[in-house]
Amino acid sequence: MEKQSVFQSRLLPYLLLVPQLAVVLIFFYWPAFQAVWQSFLLQDAFGLSTTFVAFENYAELLSQPEYLNAILRTFAFSAAIAGSSLSAALLLAVMADKPLRGGAIYRTLLIWPYAVAPAVAGVLWLFMLHPALGVFSRGLRAMGIDWNPLLNGNQAVALIVLAAAWKQISYNFLFFLAGLQAIPKSVMEAAAIDGARPMRRFWTVTFPLLMPTVFFLIVINIVYAFFDTFGIIDAMTGGGPAKATETLVYKVYLDGLLGSNLGSSAAQSVILMFIVIGLTAIQFRYVERKVTY
Amino acid sequence: MVEKKGIRGLVAHLILWIGIGIVAFPVYLAFVASTQDNAAIANGQMSLLPGSHFIDNYYRTLFVGTSGSTREPVVHMLWNSLVMAMAIAFGKIVISILSAYSIVYFRFPFRKTVFWLIFITLMLPVEVRIYPTYKIAADLSLLDSYAGLTLPLIASATATLLFRQFFMTVPDELLEASRIDGAGPFRFFKDTLLPLSRTNMAALFVILFIYGWNQFLWPLLITTRDDMQTVVIGIRKMITTQDAITEWPLVMATAVLAMLPPVAVVVLMQKLFVRGLVETEK
Repeated sequence: MEKQSVFQSRLLPYLLLVPQLAVVLIFFYWPAFQAVWQSFLLQDAFGLSTTFVAFENYAELLSQPEYLNAILRTFAFSAAIAGSSLSAALLLAVMADKPLRGGAIYRTLLIWPYAVAPAVAGVLWLFMLHPALGVFSRGLRAMGIDWNPLLNGNQAVALIVLAAAWKQISYNFLFFLAGLQAIPKSVMEAAAIDGARPMRRFWTVTFPLLMPTVFFLIVINIVYAFFDTFGIIDAMTGGGPAKATETLVYKVYLDGLLGSNLGSSAAQSVILMFIVIGLTAIQFRYVERKVTY
Repeated sequence: MVEKKGIRGLVAHLILWIGIGIVAFPVYLAFVASTQDNAAIANGQMSLLPGSHFIDNYYRTLFVGTSGSTREPVVHMLWNSLVMAMAIAFGKIVISILSAYSIVYFRFPFRKTVFWLIFITLMLPVEVRIYPTYKIAADLSLLDSYAGLTLPLIASATATLLFRQFFMTVPDELLEASRIDGAGPFRFFKDTLLPLSRTNMAALFVILFIYGWNQFLWPLLITTRDDMQTVVIGIRKMITTQDAITEWPLVMATAVLAMLPPVAVVVLMQKLFVRGLVETEK
């Protein structure tokens, strides 16, 4: 779609673009280019000399079991976070979609966690489940669970998944509710007249019609689990114990922070970039924007 | 609808209340903890009802700071967060609306290229290019400055796309009419397009304010001085793994204070927030 009538000016359109392009070129393209370039270089231990090594950094990275573990861990994380927050949000959205008294109030009370910073969400959950002073820890110990996420890797993972899913419920809820409200009531009524019971109606009529939203949210949730959990992980576990909560993004940060291996850190960044490009492409290819509130 | 009311409705209410409970409990607990005595919490003897140290704790948090790792008063951090969130929201809206205007209302060589150049940035989140970006910011001596906190986050493909989409729906007749009135590109932008875009801008502002306020990784890297810290970073630095040092009531008071502004924005501007959210996600 193009405008039929436009302004004629040689210079003005470029001037209008200057601020955006300046920021984009300086802070997006230049560093991205540097990351790619850096990933082909090997720096000696003192950072004094660099040599061009082509794909050696990548080859080494992908041959490390440690890195492959981080990839698996990150995908497992994403699946756990997306799975739990999507199912909880769907249940709540289906309930809130019913013509209930006080529906608007329920909506308001459910959407605000969207505004909580991931790092703050992490701090809240850390406090609740802190091994020494958390209110829930006493209960868990009473149940015979030796609860200490600061030492136990699996428990640390559970803690982060909980906090990350908690924060994401509101977002998923909103989009599910929008998706549900976009389904014409006549379709549901027709199914009801045909004698389909509510559960059956949901799985044979509502859920298939909701598939575009589900798909869109899966992609968004994976992106969220990849990138936005950084603050949660940093606040709660710092990647520990024993790397149990070290995701790909957190690893880039740690490896770069220690500065021991800039080439490897850059190669990791580039791999991440490809993952994001892949996810974004999927999202654009398959998901139309059909959500209205 | 077709359903009978009664038991089914009751179940729905119940499930929703359980959901609200799960969503609200951590925050309730944070508030309770923020009103209690440090010793009671450190012993693991926290009560589930608000204590009597509300004024004490909040006064110390806001104006004095913790005695541990960050001694910075939180009121200062809140100010930094506010400046950052406002600058990012305003900045993104301004540069995006200008570039969308240029792309939609002008014909010039490389127009398509420019559009794609902006579009592709969608796929370059800051997390992916952390170190090179940090290095550039350092070379431009932007560390520990508001410019450094905001400028690298200000480009926005989504906002540009959003405005572009919206401008496409503005009827051509409006431009024709302005032309007949003798309006040039500036007048048309200021008198016609801007007023029409007001709701879009407001909706976007809500989302971007929250985005800016909640930033973590970038401020963590770019600020080294305590007095440039945002509240989200400050709270992270207050917790240490050694329990004796962490003053949990003050940490929780900070958490409550850090949540208040963005949550208030969401609750008060619910309509605009939802609009902004749904529109910004392609």
